[in-house]
Amino acid sequence: MALVEERPKERGGTLVERVPPSYWVLAVLLLIMPAFASDFTLFQIFGWTFILGMIALSLMFLAGYGGMVSLVQMTIAGLAGYMVAILGSSAIDISMGWPWYINIPLAIMIAALFGTIVGALAVRTDGIYTIMITLAIASAFFYFTRQNYVIFNGFSGFNGVLPPQLFGVDWRSATAFYYLTLFWAVLSFLVVLYVSRAPFGLALQGVRDNPRRMAALGFNVNAHRIAAYTFASVIAAIGGILLTWQSAQISPGTAGIGPVIDILVIAVIGGMRRPIGPFIGAFIYVLLKTFAIDVLIALGLSGDRFQLLIGLSFLVIVFWSPDGILGLWDRWQENRGKDPLTGDRS
Amino acid sequence: MRRFAERHPVWTVILLAVAVIILWMTFAIWPEWLVDAIGRKKVFLNALFNGITLGGLYFLVASGFTLIFGLMRNVNLAHGSLYLLGGYIGYYFATWTGYWMIAFPEAFIIVGARGVLLQIFVFRRMEGQDLRQTLVTIGISIVMADLMLWGFGGDFYNITPPSWLSGPIETGLVSSVKRSGDLVYLKYPFVRIVIFAAAVAIGIGMWLLLNRTQIGMLIRAGVDDRDMLSATGARIQLVFVGVFAFGAGLAGIAGVVGGTFQSVAPGEDIRFLLASLVVVIVGGMGSIPGAAIGALLIGLAEQFGSVYFPTYAVVLTFLIMVLVLAFRPQGLLGRS
Repeated sequence: MALVEERPKERGGTLVERVPPSYWVLAVLLLIMPAFASDFTLFQIFGWTFILGMIALSLMFLAGYGGMVSLVQMTIAGLAGYMVAILGSSAIDISMGWPWYINIPLAIMIAALFGTIVGALAVRTDGIYTIMITLAIASAFFYFTRQNYVIFNGFSGFNGVLPPQLFGVDWRSATAFYYLTLFWAVLSFLVVLYVSRAPFGLALQGVRDNPRRMAALGFNVNAHRIAAYTFASVIAAIGGILLTWQSAQISPGTAGIGPVIDILVIAVIGGMRRPIGPFIGAFIYVLLKTFAIDVLIALGLSGDRFQLLIGLSFLVIVFWSPDGILGLWDRWQENRGKDPLTGDRS
Repeated sequence: MRRFAERHPVWTVILLAVAVIILWMTFAIWPEWLVDAIGRKKVFLNALFNGITLGGLYFLVASGFTLIFGLMRNVNLAHGSLYLLGGYIGYYFATWTGYWMIAFPEAFIIVGARGVLLQIFVFRRMEGQDLRQTLVTIGISIVMADLMLWGFGGDFYNITPPSWLSGPIETGLVSSVKRSGDLVYLKYPFVRIVIFAAAVAIGIGMWLLLNRTQIGMLIRAGVDDRDMLSATGARIQLVFVGVFAFGAGLAGIAGVVGGTFQSVAPGEDIRFLLASLVVVIVGGMGSIPGAAIGALLIGLAEQFGSVYFPTYAVVLTFLIMVLVLAFRPQGLLGRS
């Protein structure tokens, strides 16, 4: 599915010159977005895109660079969200009401620990077994939170989970939440990009391509894989906390089987070759989820058939372009300007 | 058996001790202190029997799953959807014709045919690409779940067994002693016993088919070395289609059984997919006896868990999986 990460071409010049102009255009566009977009677009569409993109990014990191398709990322995000709700404050009296500077780091740490333990279990087997084991763990978490009332408040979960009023800003207002999610999404995107080119990321890609050779070279294969799980868990955990703040509630359904699979769908639709893929996938998913009802009703179908639409588009992508939209784009780029007869580039 | 005892003497003793304790707890009249410690014997016996019969149901679902995996290396995550489809078809035919028995062959044939279509039009096109096949099965299960929700709605359906099967029968087991000294015997639903016996019969039949017939020899050879088998001239694609149809058909039958035991409703597909995943992870991928042991363990763990530690029942199942993965990653009877 994933190929070797292409090394960036050595280009001279300052940082400003090395980043392609299209990225600058995108960055400026995203920064000035609140000037012309509606609150709904900012909060629901872009906020949600960035959050889902982050969680899918953690899956992309594991699957694309580590070759481990983990379905547990949404569960880790859900656990972090639960921890913020339990340790912080919510409308339910189970919550401890600790201040944000304790409960947020603690939530991320607990989620990362959980992710590490899951990783340590999952790396004992490989390939498709990883999918099975992580799916089993994810569903166990879902059923457990639904049954447990002492800690997780069972079926109804927690509501009224709000972000702290830091710097006197209401972080749930559309513009503030947009910038908050944008900041974390861009940060995690850059960190993943950095790690993928750092020695650890390169070793991880080596482990993905040939674990035996890497072991012979003296790398601890399993330690690299488990560390990759820990790293991915932190990203998923931040995404999970933002997700909880966005909807102001968390319940077993947040990390149910459907959302768990949706994260995989997002990553596959976007493409798992490069970190931008999950964000593209998340954007498409959110657009579909928001506007599919209108489209379906326009087509004369009931609006409930959203899952059918998602499932079919997922099937189409897996059938014809296993590396997602990014793969289609890459192939289009490659064929563009090629002479149809000789194959030379004009 | 003897080789196992020679190689793991400690485990043999522990397993024997557990077996003796369970047998004693089943047949003996419980003394007062035991009743005080863990509750009435009737509760225990019901949990034991429910666990064993639930294990039979899990075996039906998981054996198809593990058979397909063992031969084709295809993790069919749409297996739960096939189960649910079998349940709906069974319900439809059982209420339409009025015969409970007719639901079984119908579910087997229709779901099996669905399996044939899947194998020919989907999986044959991407042979050897494990991950892609698995992703496709996820897509199929999403689509199938939504189509079934569309077709059958979100209601719960219950398949009613015929009158001669319904109602409890007396088992010869003493559940408690009345103050007057009379023995009270345990009553248990007859249909569950019949279905469990059928599951055992199917399991034995599968074992015989795999180990004593020509077709079984082909399948076992395919599990060991697929390429070599096709090089010898065996028509391996035919074997694949047959095994997929059989595995899918078993899931369909299990759907009818599940609809009789419990109910057919959206969401059951995921529950049984999870159950079969855990069963084959515990028992060992691709092993039929492993599936039997795993199914029994998980069924018992679920029932005893829900009786004795209600809020942590799921954790008990999960704990078994974690322990097996930690100490025997290939599963109890899996080959490394």
